[in-house]
Amino acid sequence: MVNFIWLFFIVSGVIFAAVNGNIDTVTEAAFDGAKTGVTVSFGLISILVMWLGIMKIAEDAGLLKKLGILLGPIIRFLFPDVPKNHPAIGYIMSNMSANILGLGNAATPMGIKAMQELQKLNPDKDKASPAMCTLLAINTASITLIPTTLIAIRLNFNSANPAEIVGTTLFATIISTAAAILLDRYYRFVSSKPPKSKG
Amino acid sequence: MLSVITAISSWAIPVVLVFIPLYASYKKVPVYESFVDGAKDGFDTAVRIIPHLVGMMVAISIFRSSGMMDFLIGFVRPLFEQLGVPGEVLPLAILRPITGAGSLAFTTELIKQFGPDSMIGRIASTVQGSTDTTLYVLTVYFGAIGIRKAGYALKVGLFSDLVGFAAAVIVCMFVFG
Repeated sequence: MVNFIWLFFIVSGVIFAAVNGNIDTVTEAAFDGAKTGVTVSFGLISILVMWLGIMKIAEDAGLLKKLGILLGPIIRFLFPDVPKNHPAIGYIMSNMSANILGLGNAATPMGIKAMQELQKLNPDKDKASPAMCTLLAINTASITLIPTTLIAIRLNFNSANPAEIVGTTLFATIISTAAAILLDRYYRFVSSKPPKSKG
Repeated sequence: MLSVITAISSWAIPVVLVFIPLYASYKKVPVYESFVDGAKDGFDTAVRIIPHLVGMMVAISIFRSSGMMDFLIGFVRPLFEQLGVPGEVLPLAILRPITGAGSLAFTTELIKQFGPDSMIGRIASTVQGSTDTTLYVLTVYFGAIGIRKAGYALKVGLFSDLVGFAAAVIVCMFVFG
């Protein structure tokens, strides 16, 4: 599906520009996009370096394990194929906590770290495992408790009650997360005969 | 309410930054050495993401600036208006999964134009706050570990974006309507 969307974006964009006589925009857009990709990646360096450092301290202190034990039942439900006490669990937990608190900056490195741990359990290194898909689903549905950025913008434009969207956002985020988990379950059910290996 | 929320979001990270090293040193962890040890992965990880992100950004950039995206949005807009959804918020449904910065800019524009306390402003705020840039998250997370076959992850992500959008519109019309 990623292949399809990627191809569709490029091909339809180029054809549309050609038909409308502004093919010149395509070249500029392509290089612009490439530049953005590199800029964003480099922008991630500082965040990744800092948070991966802090997370390593948390891991060495046994904090991640504690977090994993505390919220174990939720994890076991969402990630049935990740062995108990696996390091991935602590990272998944901290990724989810950072997301819920709206600390987008901190959530990304923890999510990446969780993915790296899940990759160690993955038999086919090219293809996303069900656990990875679940983690991604939870992240894209993004359980948000406090939409900080939006509150700030609303405040900027003199809203009478900038935080009035907290409730509606919470509702929408819960519904979309539930939908993601349900569909994830469905795909797990139909698409895989889970290998019953105990890690 | 608002002051509590702002307090939480400005205190969360400082508290984490103090608590983790303090607790660790109580547990006799050499904190600075641990930090450096973990941090050295950061650069490699960011570099590993570059090809994935460049590939995706090139495609999205062409799709947007060619006018194709606006064309698609104009195409589906009447359909939504039939359902009573304010057409102005519709582009968000397509923008949100594709570009985080783009959809934030669009939301800001809507809030500026119609006011933060209008129905359109409230729906846009709720949509923006409750969903995420699925394509970006997928590219970064899977790019970092070299996954090329995304499995069913994208379908689930896009589906939940759609559900999130619909839920945001419905709950806003219900609560503020």
